[in-house]
Amino acid sequence: MSTNNSDNHRRKFLTGTLKFLGGTGTAVTLWPFLSSMSPSSEAKASGAPVKVDISELKNGEKIDLIWRKKPIWIVKRTESMLASINTDEKKYKDAMSENTEQQPEFAKNKYRSLKPEILVLEGVCTHLGCNPAFQLSKNKFFCACHGSSFDLAGKVENGSPAGANLKVPPYRFQDENTIVIGELPKISETKKG
Amino acid sequence: MMIKKIIFFLILLLSINFSYAAEEKNELLLKYKADNNINNKASLQRGAKYFVNYCSGCHSLKYMRIKTLASDLGIDEESFLMNLNFSDKKIGETMTIAMNSSDAAEWFEAIPPDLSLVSRSKGQDYVFSLLNTYYIDDAKSTGFNNLTYPNTVMPHVLVSLQGEQNVKIDKENNPLGFEILSKGTLNKKEYIELTNDINNFLVYVSEPAKLKRQSIGVWVLIFLFIFSIVAYYTKKEYWNDVK
Amino acid sequence: MDDKNKSTGVISWIDERLPILSFIRNHLTHYYTPKNFNFWYFFGSLAFLILFIQIFTGIFLAMHYKPDANLAFDSVEYIMRDVNLGWLIRYMHSTGASAFFIVIYLHMFRALMYGSYKNPRELLWLFGVFIYIALMAEAFMGYLLPWGQMSYWGAQVIINLFTTIPFIGPELGIWIRGDFAISDPTLTRFFALHIVAVPMVILLLVILHLSALHTVGSNNPDGIEIKKNKDANGIPLDGIPFHPYYTVKDFVGIGVFLFLFALIIFFIPEMGGFFLEHANFIPANPLVTPEHIAPVWYFTPFYSILRAIPDPAYGALAMALSIIVLFFLPWIDKNPVKSIRYRSILFKINLFVFVISFLILGYLGVKAPTPLYNVLALRFSEIYFIFFILSYFYSKPREKIFSYSFSGILIILIVIYDLMRVDSNNYISILISLLIICIFVAFMTLSPIYTNLNREKEVPNRLTP
Repeated sequence: MSTNNSDNHRRKFLTGTLKFLGGTGTAVTLWPFLSSMSPSSEAKASGAPVKVDISELKNGEKIDLIWRKKPIWIVKRTESMLASINTDEKKYKDAMSENTEQQPEFAKNKYRSLKPEILVLEGVCTHLGCNPAFQLSKNKFFCACHGSSFDLAGKVENGSPAGANLKVPPYRFQDENTIVIGELPKISETKKG
Repeated sequence: MMIKKIIFFLILLLSINFSYAAEEKNELLLKYKADNNINNKASLQRGAKYFVNYCSGCHSLKYMRIKTLASDLGIDEESFLMNLNFSDKKIGETMTIAMNSSDAAEWFEAIPPDLSLVSRSKGQDYVFSLLNTYYIDDAKSTGFNNLTYPNTVMPHVLVSLQGEQNVKIDKENNPLGFEILSKGTLNKKEYIELTNDINNFLVYVSEPAKLKRQSIGVWVLIFLFIFSIVAYYTKKEYWNDVK
Repeated sequence: MDDKNKSTGVISWIDERLPILSFIRNHLTHYYTPKNFNFWYFFGSLAFLILFIQIFTGIFLAMHYKPDANLAFDSVEYIMRDVNLGWLIRYMHSTGASAFFIVIYLHMFRALMYGSYKNPRELLWLFGVFIYIALMAEAFMGYLLPWGQMSYWGAQVIINLFTTIPFIGPELGIWIRGDFAISDPTLTRFFALHIVAVPMVILLLVILHLSALHTVGSNNPDGIEIKKNKDANGIPLDGIPFHPYYTVKDFVGIGVFLFLFALIIFFIPEMGGFFLEHANFIPANPLVTPEHIAPVWYFTPFYSILRAIPDPAYGALAMALSIIVLFFLPWIDKNPVKSIRYRSILFKINLFVFVISFLILGYLGVKAPTPLYNVLALRFSEIYFIFFILSYFYSKPREKIFSYSFSGILIILIVIYDLMRVDSNNYISILISLLIICIFVAFMTLSPIYTNLNREKEVPNRLTP
């Protein structure tokens, strides 16, 4: 089985090319399988925006719904509830909502909302993901898992294990009585009193 | 040996013709073939429109996701929801319909079936053929019978478009052709185009992947061809050693 | 230099604890295979590839499939439409199933041509037949999973076959189904068996099959044992190392196979209703039987044999025998000449007729029965079994008396069965077809006496290309 140099070169080239083609082919073939494990159209569709009718929402009441598999709260805040909200640096870890990951631009205000009287939050404690309870009488949300407290704008109190304010999801008002969770307000809608 | 291989494959290929349970399909029905060009986006868009207008009152497409439909047909999602969304669905939902089965059983003698897979189970030309072979039959509760689906209880929904036709039969009751009795709002060519569009649309719905798989397939085949060639020459190179 | 020592270090560390290097040596680089393998020798490695494809695609399908009678059909459509490239994975699996059978039938045909089932490869053949049966079970159970009309009714018909077994039949049917008719319990247990149990059995059998092969070494198109002629180092003169020669050659086979595979998957995945049956795009309905129930194409030859005998129990028995007879082939055909290249013209005719009958039986299996088809099915079923009977006959030269008695008995048996079923309607078709078969049997058994059609060629000592 003698091979002279050019034969050997040719052999190496061919074998190398074959290995390269085989390798790329295998890698490319692997891709559909890995991709099939990513969220399917159905999973993505269930992440679509959700419309909520708040015409029946009474003062001090909270609606629960699911968006993208997460609990969403909509609370109608009364005057006294709004009065309980302040931006005392000593009381809150992120009094001015500096952490931009926790709310859209439009919610970087005192009440962390588009309209002061309507609060929209993701009901997921920013510590380890439990579901905080609404304590209307104490003007706060309290998480029983490890004792974190949030005010009625979702701001996390000092002394809580949680480190960030409750998340405000993207939302917009389609009209007076309809909120669309999952969509940001159009430019014309952003500035509301 | 090669010859045996070729013969085997020829037999396999020839047998592809024996697909849709070749019962004695009469000569006339065999003429009703749709063009089945699902790459014609305009046709699919028209087909979608016609389907929503004429068919979706009774027939659901429960596996067809609106978002997929809009994107595959090149229709803007907003305008789809505005113009083609009579059941008030969200973009992520599938085209189910409002009619429930108990009502359907009451109003019609049979429940109008979901049509998501009709072209795959009954054939690529089935819907086209069905919509074109209605004929007047006073003995039937709907006033019509159908050559493609004999004794169907589905009414001739498109009669106002096609007009009424009668079937001509020979001595042994074999159908020979149709004769127009009254005109519809469309002429023959227009009606054939409309039914062809609906058929195309339903062929697409039964397998949306068809649009993509052929174009991807071409690349795969090219790659595999090159791979086989390289493998062959590598094999020859090594086998030079073997006497 | 350091790196090389390192990798050798790792490999030698493993090798001290698990003999990978000697395994590679004994089964690849220094495993000697005949140098004259031809086209028919691709199908073993292709079968192995397809097994891998089926398992791999099957795993990813199982991530999305729901084994529940209410959810199964929808979940398959979900895979086809909503799962990213789910349609591709599904088509690979459905095409792979049919490809598996095409490859296996060609693989078995090679064994028939070259006598690869003969001594010392009988056990290899037995493992192979077991794999074939396991594969049929795997395909059958897999086919129920989409829960379409054909899935449901095909399974209904086949499981009913088991109920024809005397005494235990009906109870057995209920036990298999887990219910009085095919329903959710049947689906879930078929799912468990299809994705876990039977694949493990197949993998085990394949390992045994390959071990048995490597113990005796491969046969070859000349049917000569290469181990009989070794050089001074004990290496067969007509042998070459499996690696790199057959590894590189198998890549060519794999390339061509994958090309055809992709051609089907991307352009004709339904294959005209043979790989994916049209009726299966309608959800299973226990109240509506499809116009025409046929098993998937790879079962149709045996289905024909089943239908050829009107009595359900005897039909099922004939079908079972047509598969079981394969086990006995090494003891039926005892002719010392292995390969078709050196066997008689009569052997070639016998094999050719067998293949034709298998194909025709397959074709008849997809068609609805008619009087003509029924006659053909029965006669070709008889020819199927006659293949094995004649294989025995050709094991060695036969005396005149033996030949006449043999053909006489065979013809009498066929006539007896015909007499049992003749009536005023069918006597013409029976008579004509009986005549044809008798002429065939007489010719095949008596022509050695009067011609030299039974003459075999001399088997060479060394391989020919």
